[in-house]
Amino acid sequence: MTYIEQIAPSLLAGAWMSIKIFLWTLIASIPLGVLVSLGLLSKFKPLRAILKFYVWVMRGTPLLLQLIFVFYGLPIIGIIFQRYDAALCAFIMNYTAYFAEIFRGGFQAIPEGQFESAKVLRLTKWQTLMHIVIPQVIKIVIPSIGNEVVNLVKDTSLVYVIGLGDLLRAGNVATARDVTLVPLVLVGVIYLAMTGVASYALRKVEQHYSKWR
Amino acid sequence: MLELKNITKKFGERTILDNLNLEIPDGQILAIVGPSGAGKTTLLRCLSGLETPEQGSFLLNGQPFDPAAPANAEQIIGVVFQDYQLFPNLTVLQNITLAPKLVLKQKEKAAEKQAERLLQQLDLAGKEQLYPYQLSGGQQQRVAIVRALAMEPQVLCYDEPTSALDPALREKVGQIILSLKNEKMTQVIVTHDMDFAKQTADKVFTVNALDALGGDSV
Ligand SMILES: Nc1ncnc2c1ncn2[C@@H]1O[C@H](COP(=O)(O)OP(=O)(O)OP(=O)(O)O)[C@@H](O)[C@H]1O
Ligand SMILES: [Mg+2]
Repeated sequence: MTYIEQIAPSLLAGAWMSIKIFLWTLIASIPLGVLVSLGLLSKFKPLRAILKFYVWVMRGTPLLLQLIFVFYGLPIIGIIFQRYDAALCAFIMNYTAYFAEIFRGGFQAIPEGQFESAKVLRLTKWQTLMHIVIPQVIKIVIPSIGNEVVNLVKDTSLVYVIGLGDLLRAGNVATARDVTLVPLVLVGVIYLAMTGVASYALRKVEQHYSKWR
Repeated sequence: MLELKNITKKFGERTILDNLNLEIPDGQILAIVGPSGAGKTTLLRCLSGLETPEQGSFLLNGQPFDPAAPANAEQIIGVVFQDYQLFPNLTVLQNITLAPKLVLKQKEKAAEKQAERLLQQLDLAGKEQLYPYQLSGGQQQRVAIVRALAMEPQVLCYDEPTSALDPALREKVGQIILSLKNEKMTQVIVTHDMDFAKQTADKVFTVNALDALGGDSV
């Protein structure tokens, strides 16, 4: 017990770093994902082509490569990020692409009749989006978003590679120093707790949207 | 008086509406009857601004207007779609009051009061807080009618209002249409149902399958 108490502060500090990356990535990439998905569906071809290319690259290459590229690669051409900023930059770029694909599917699932019905009621495009389309899209995409959110909890461990003091690093350091499995087991338990909380929150959102069909 | 002048609508090479002229005096009911594919829905979509005709003009009380142009409270064409297209994420009351609040800038209380009056009138009292999926098809259709009426349209259009209804409901929607006529609502009904058209409309405009929908009717 005392050993656990001894390593707890460093593990919790690491967990806090992981949680910060998790939260900022979500807060930024969900709205950005909505915007990019609207761009992917826009009638303006060049915009569509650029965004399609972006999504293709982000989803077709490993997030680990993107992290390394931003932190170790970009300085070669003079673009230097702090570790934390590099991590956020790579995560937001990557997750925005995944969320954009999910939202694109959601928007395409809304029947044309809903837009027409809003149009004859003289609602503006923006009003139609905010009051009618986006709530319906959210309901459609919650399960897929949920998968990505749980993935994101686990993906935060990738920042290990750029030397950021996250949960995984805290555990690994303690295990190497004290030659015991306890820290790594604790790290596993903390990840389980974090994915558990994320799943619980998503179920709550899902319940909120189950009032209607 | 609603006037359609020389309306021509094509899809690619195909002319669906060919130089069509129609006049509907205030408070009257026009039924447009004809076989499938004749262009009835297309006509209604042009009138409500969902399609843009290649040619022709629309006049309301002598004033030209563009059905696709944004809100002008004196030039609103209401539409009850064949599949109603209620908003599933909004309650009955919200479905009805959304546009009056956002577009006509009605106060919440006033919009709700009007909605409740119309719901009462169409036998839907007590359904305010239900979601569309909790209603029967006939009830959904009546909500769609109330939603269109709440915008205080100059003309109310229906696409196939009887196609999904059993005989009792068919009669009921016919009565609603006639009761709105008593309130001087100008209405356009697109339908396959010749009997229904004859029972409710002041004038029946019949279209032919093989010809493009065209010609004059006054
Ligand atoms: N968006 C479109 N693009 C191309 N052709 C179309 C389009 N909409 C309708 N058409 C064609 O126009 C013709 C008229 O269609 P419309 O839906 O107006 O017929 P309708 O008289 O309402 O038929 P129904 O009684 O089956 O509803 C049809 O041949 C249809 O295929
Ligand atoms: Mg039709």
